[in-house]
Amino acid sequence: MSALVIIAAITLFALFLGVRAKHGHDMSLEQWTVGGRSFGTAFVFLLMAGEIYTTFTFLGGSGFAYGKGAPVYYILAYGTLAYILSYWMLPPIWRYAKQHRLVSQPHFFSRKYESPALGTLVALVGVAALIPYLVLQLKGLGIIVATASYGAISSTAAIWIGAAVVTVYVIVSGVRGSAWNSVVKDLLILAIVLFLGIYLPLHYYGGLGEMFHAIDAARPGFLTFPAKGSSVTWFQSTVLLTALGFFMWPHTFGSIFTARDERIFRRNAMVLPLYQLILLFVFFVGFAATLKVPGLKGGDIDLSLFRLSLQTFDPWFVGVIGAAGILTALVPGSMILTSASTLLANDVYRGMVNRNATDATVANLARILVPVVALVAVAFTLHGGETIVALLLMGYSFVTQLFPAVICSLFPRNRATKQGAFCGIVAGVAVVAITTTMHLTIGQLMPFLPDALKDVNIGFVALAVNIVVFIIVSAMTQSGRVEHTHASAH
Amino acid sequence: MLLRVLAALPFIGILLGVPFVNRVEPLVLGMPFVLGWIVAWVVLSSIIMAIVYRLDASNRHVAADGEEVRP
Repeated sequence: MSALVIIAAITLFALFLGVRAKHGHDMSLEQWTVGGRSFGTAFVFLLMAGEIYTTFTFLGGSGFAYGKGAPVYYILAYGTLAYILSYWMLPPIWRYAKQHRLVSQPHFFSRKYESPALGTLVALVGVAALIPYLVLQLKGLGIIVATASYGAISSTAAIWIGAAVVTVYVIVSGVRGSAWNSVVKDLLILAIVLFLGIYLPLHYYGGLGEMFHAIDAARPGFLTFPAKGSSVTWFQSTVLLTALGFFMWPHTFGSIFTARDERIFRRNAMVLPLYQLILLFVFFVGFAATLKVPGLKGGDIDLSLFRLSLQTFDPWFVGVIGAAGILTALVPGSMILTSASTLLANDVYRGMVNRNATDATVANLARILVPVVALVAVAFTLHGGETIVALLLMGYSFVTQLFPAVICSLFPRNRATKQGAFCGIVAGVAVVAITTTMHLTIGQLMPFLPDALKDVNIGFVALAVNIVVFIIVSAMTQSGRVEHTHASAH
Repeated sequence: MLLRVLAALPFIGILLGVPFVNRVEPLVLGMPFVLGWIVAWVVLSSIIMAIVYRLDASNRHVAADGEEVRP
């Protein structure tokens, strides 16, 4: 019962804080989507760090460590490299966005390449990647609440309540609601994860070193990358690919626009890598669970953190862990919801249907679309089945396809053309869709390669196809004045 | 240029270094060696980016502009 009270309290608090965030701001399109570009270092930091601490990391990070062992280390590595890239990549994006009063990622593309059609394409790719991501958050929420409430609230009920809460505060406050809630989320998750990651190894094994010795003895090879499958090559390629795709998520890209000045990004680039180390403690929880609650298989590995907590702590504390878990679902969920609605209203509706729509119309439409997107996500969560897993795997690879066009557009003389960008993205997305639905690996496509190369992340094939198409089509569609530079055009 | 070379170090350390350190023993701060290696690079990345921030002239420019605006 005590767990239930705590969970209910934190949910109401999130709702209150999210709605209250509107206070003192008239919610124009620019306020609702990018907080009027007024956020300081702390808020931008939390919005960007929000990407790291989602239900995927909380449940999935520990589950991954529990089920697969060493491959989980990649989660720690890709964010670090992405933050280093951010130092140089984000300031020019921000400057351009401020100058042109951009409110979304596709907006950036349509202005840079002077092509609303490209903007619409990017918006559609974005929504296709975001919805499964939102579904994942809701699924996680269902699991957390059902487990932490000891079954008193069903997973289905939790998903409906959670979706309703985010919908309300996103309609009212937009990105400001997410920002305020991420303050609470990060404080709570920081405390909980540090505590669990230190206490559980101590309690069950007598210390961290003892725990890893025990695991290494019981399951040799579990703590290092295997020779095949999730091998070192897999690690290298996946880390590089996900580092490139990191800021290409529409909601992360959108959070760049919320900053007040560009130095915020450079400052954050030094702190965010350290902040990530908290994930280490999530791994420790998962590792602690391997020998203590063995036997979870398949999708159930994500329950490892809660299974171990249930057998270790009193119900009230399980409630606190559950409350933190709920916030890891609600906050990213609200950012995704804001982003997806903005994409549909600003870039699909204004970009394709009605070019002359005013900001006020778009802002209203975006708000109307919030519950629609939420309902679609709930429907997928409850009835999605296998399809959604496939979609989810595609999401990250989808958004990574936007990377070449973004980078080219940042050069002072951008030789890439809108046709090139358009065709490159279409080609990359198509390759991702085909390889993911057919479960192809590099090894199957190119059996003649040496073993090490067979484990390269398949996403690289899509990115390579994308870049080749991008270069060729751009070269063919260059305008006359750069005729003599064809050979080096890219 | 120097700044970009500095920033490239974590990429080299993490992406190219891991094949050579893929082992459990000796434990680093209680962690398997390969994990300790990655953690060390995460910490180093922060330090490197702090140095880059200090050395990068563009941060001083923005600061100088900001001061000029002040009454």
